[in-house]
Amino acid sequence: MSILLLLLFCASLFFGSRPIPVLQAALDVARRADTVVALILTEVRLPRALIALFAGATLGLCGAAMQGLLRNPLASPGLVGSASGAALGAAVMLYSGLAASFWLALPAGGVAGALSATLLVYLLAGRSAGTATLILAGVAVNSLALSLISLLINLAPSPYAVREIVLWMLGSIANNSLDDFWLMLPGTLLGWLLLAGSGRSLDALTLGEESARTLGVAIDRLRWRVFAAVALAVGSAVSVTGAIGFIGLVTPHLLRPLVGHQPGKLLTVSALGGAILLLCADIAVRLFPAGTEIKVGVLTSLIGAPFFLYLIMKSRRWQT
Amino acid sequence: MADLSLLAADRVSLRLGDRTILSSLSLELHAGEMLGLIGPNGAGKSSLLKILTGIHNPSSGQVTLHGSPLQQIDDRQRARQLGYLAQAGTAHWPISVERVVALGRIPHLGNWQQATPADRAIVAETLRQTGLAELAARPFPTLSGGEKARVLLARALAVQPTIILADEPVAALDLSHQLEVMELLRAQCDNGGAVVVVLHDLRLAVHYCDRLQLLLAGETLAVGDPGSVINDENLQRAFSVRVRHSGQSLLDAFALSWTRSGQS
Repeated sequence: MSILLLLLFCASLFFGSRPIPVLQAALDVARRADTVVALILTEVRLPRALIALFAGATLGLCGAAMQGLLRNPLASPGLVGSASGAALGAAVMLYSGLAASFWLALPAGGVAGALSATLLVYLLAGRSAGTATLILAGVAVNSLALSLISLLINLAPSPYAVREIVLWMLGSIANNSLDDFWLMLPGTLLGWLLLAGSGRSLDALTLGEESARTLGVAIDRLRWRVFAAVALAVGSAVSVTGAIGFIGLVTPHLLRPLVGHQPGKLLTVSALGGAILLLCADIAVRLFPAGTEIKVGVLTSLIGAPFFLYLIMKSRRWQT
Repeated sequence: MADLSLLAADRVSLRLGDRTILSSLSLELHAGEMLGLIGPNGAGKSSLLKILTGIHNPSSGQVTLHGSPLQQIDDRQRARQLGYLAQAGTAHWPISVERVVALGRIPHLGNWQQATPADRAIVAETLRQTGLAELAARPFPTLSGGEKARVLLARALAVQPTIILADEPVAALDLSHQLEVMELLRAQCDNGGAVVVVLHDLRLAVHYCDRLQLLLAGETLAVGDPGSVINDENLQRAFSVRVRHSGQSLLDAFALSWTRSGQS
């Protein structure tokens, strides 16, 4: 999988609206020559590939962690409010015009929104809440955030703000710079780091919370850790890319049989898988004829939803 | 006496809302001993077991393990010493039997540490011991109720704990497997460990347990060797049953009259 990921990452550098001699460009960059192709490589292609890689890995990893923690195959990284919170934060920034005047405002708003939405879910559900209560609190906060976004769109001062908010919500990594990448990096890495050591505890949860407790897992601490990690990582990634659906939900499903359904081992594999899927999707949107730009978030949802249906049908056959 | 006990509960109470589940209940467990918790449904047996494992904290009173309060012991260290066998277990993912049993090694591994060959050998030996070697690759959710119960016992044994706390471990099992499981628990005691087991079958309780503790409405009605606990008055009070035992002692009426004829 790592090799495939590497290949896709390189391939991602080769595709674009215009073919450029990538190797020549790389040489130019190495020689610090300011040619146009070198600029395209470092300012357009490279950030795009890096962001797809990191955002995809984050979504896959966080999806696997959430599904393991809640022991629910329908859990997605957005379940505890991080994605919709980030969207609300970003929408507020776009609505108020702050995003246009201050380049840090959009991602900062996204991360702040993700963290506060997650915190709200946690406070609503209570410290030692069961899984069902947590999911319900997540659904409530998600719909609150979405309705507030609708309100913002409704009250938007100009059609321009509406367009900005809607386009952002479609999810895209087309027009990001390296600055955007550096902006999302600390949050995502911190989130990854928090999740990295939690694999074994997620394994212990396979037989339920009581059983995990008797295996020495402090459930409350684990939950805090996963929630904080998902809010940080998804919040940072989503504030740069916009809403990208279904990667976090579908990737763990696809790969679970590969690791014998062990939630711990699924983490790394899902991170790789998420990155692969998003790189693929982002390459695919570039293959459409120039002029008809499809947002990558739209594509992942378009492919993800029917695919998810197929997975449900398959698992139903397995159960009966 | 208290100093010698491996595990002790000292006047523990458990209240949920305004309902009292356990009131000022004490218990002692010594090395090499199998203690049977018996009593009618709702007497508080499972709740007591969950307090002994640290899943629930008591509303008052305290549990000590080797003389130290349970709440002060590090989670993982506690998990290495107390193996818990839940009443029913569901796996949320279709992981294999072998991997379920291997979960028992988690308390022995650090967050970043891989299972060692020694861990894998313990898992393999536990599978063999519990007669599950042939099922090792089967997904856990596809097993029958009885097979699942044995896998969960194997999971608890793989921890290699000093003490096993088992909540109705034979409820789903056929006659032969009931005996097999009780003998495995007995072996745990004979190897220097100890067991607290919740049982509904009084014949198994009388046959395998060194001492019985009879609970009724969250309190201890009687505790001691089976002969002193199983008497007409206690059975009448706890279960509202009268046992017909004309011509033989009451304990004989609960004698186990079957043995395993060979390996199943």
